Amino acid sequence: MSIRDRSVAPTTPILEEDAAMWTAKIRRSLVSTLPPERLIPDRQPSYLSSWIYMFGALTLAALSIIVVTGVLLSLEGPTWWHLSSVGLFVNSLHLWSVELFFFFMVVHLWGKFFMAAWRGNRALTWMTGVITLLASVGAALTGYVSQTNFDSQWIATQAKDGLNSVGVGAFFNVLNFGQMLMWHIILLPLAVIAITVLHVLLVRKHGIVPPIELTEANQGGEA
Amino acid sequence: MSKQRNYNPDRDVSPWRGGYRPYDIAKELTVCFVVVAVLTIGLAITFGSPDDKAITIKQWSSADQVDFATTAISELDGTSGTATYGAPYNHVDGAGQKIGPIALQQWVGVHHPVDPARDFVLGPLSTTPQSPALDSALTRFQGASPSDQAAWEAAYEKAIPHAKVINGKLIVPPGPYGPVQVLMAHLTAMATTGALDTSIVQGSGFYGTDYTKSLLFIGDSGYLANQGADHHLSGDQWGMMNDTGSYPGQPWLWLYTLWYQVPPFTTSWGDNADAIVWALMMLLTLGLLLIPFIPGLRSIPRWTRVYRLIWRDHYRS
Repeated sequence: MSIRDRSVAPTTPILEEDAAMWTAKIRRSLVSTLPPERLIPDRQPSYLSSWIYMFGALTLAALSIIVVTGVLLSLEGPTWWHLSSVGLFVNSLHLWSVELFFFFMVVHLWGKFFMAAWRGNRALTWMTGVITLLASVGAALTGYVSQTNFDSQWIATQAKDGLNSVGVGAFFNVLNFGQMLMWHIILLPLAVIAITVLHVLLVRKHGIVPPIELTEANQGGEA
Repeated sequence: MSKQRNYNPDRDVSPWRGGYRPYDIAKELTVCFVVVAVLTIGLAITFGSPDDKAITIKQWSSADQVDFATTAISELDGTSGTATYGAPYNHVDGAGQKIGPIALQQWVGVHHPVDPARDFVLGPLSTTPQSPALDSALTRFQGASPSDQAAWEAAYEKAIPHAKVINGKLIVPPGPYGPVQVLMAHLTAMATTGALDTSIVQGSGFYGTDYTKSLLFIGDSGYLANQGADHHLSGDQWGMMNDTGSYPGQPWLWLYTLWYQVPPFTTSWGDNADAIVWALMMLLTLGLLLIPFIPGLRSIPRWTRVYRLIWRDHYRS
């Protein structure tokens, strides 16, 4: 009996004359790794019955609002929100969606920690979640130092010492507004979104982690 | 032939052979989105967001000419925070933080060259419309020996705490300052008109997006430190994780900021506190990342039994 939680990947029919095609191979590999019923499932194991499971979806919802409000701020440029009441409101939406995003993500993280959600070959899922948190902290910091106000001046002059002390400040200069803005609106959002997509795909591939059982057993009896 | 591993409840799972039930992920995501959108809009309408205006050199020098002149002379004589910082701004023997023998700050070297005397004082003064007095003072200062320059600067630095502002002008008690008093008077006048803000930022050309030099100059002042303390933002007040006003700021930085509040980071490790805090945080982050592989740490969920609350329905059945 396997002690890992393995998925049973269905095979996809492929025409004999197409067997050598790269495109066909890629499609077959993708569908085999993540078949539609696993990618967008409409059934979940019966043990999934706690409010803690909502926090992953809440984190994704907050992230989507961050992206939308960030795009709106980008349309008018980095100083628009100082001069316009509409801009200030959009900035407030951006700020509070970030606060909610981190709150949901941290609760999600602790929930997954207490579920030991890395079990059953899910270590990479856990690690991509942690990396998303780290990238998000960077995205938030670059946002704070790109505000072009007193907060950004203060945070930049404070943050530089930590970054410089380990040599990072030479390449990631929080006093350089242009560099920080680029990191905030392009590089780090791309990183956060890409790792989040990978994280969600891994969750879908491996499924929701089963309850902790102290001994190896067939959980739940026969379906 | 592969070797079968023993079952480890902190690493492995038993195959699920229990029941499944309908679960509408699309509906869940939609409901979550609506809930978060309503929460966000409510919080934004209720609390808004902080936006205290950025400090300018004009504002600083107008509000506190003595502090401005004190900072400016320290830039000229090489005793300011920036002048003695070391990498990545300038070469200063022995400057830079270390983690034991590891001196990453020094090893990386100078990447954003800053010469405070040239960039904050002499350079901007040389770009102003020349007056005979300033022209003469610049020529005399730059042609003087280092010992003469040092003597003038030291005398001025000693006198500046006793300076007064009368009718908007900085009055320094008479002393052997050579041309330094004229330089400082012109620099202060330049600052209070806003010309120094423009001069420092535009050092790199017409377009400017790099405020490294301006922020370092303002950062050397007592004015910025006082403003930060007034807003409860100093390092010993949990510093940069806070926002101005009563906003949550960046509470996710709590653990990073915590170390700056407690010994030995505030005492015997103070000189290298930033580097040691960073090293510690990197170590803790690595631990968090690798929990699935670390015996003991990965057993905490089983020991604490919080999981029995999460899956209480399952265990009850």
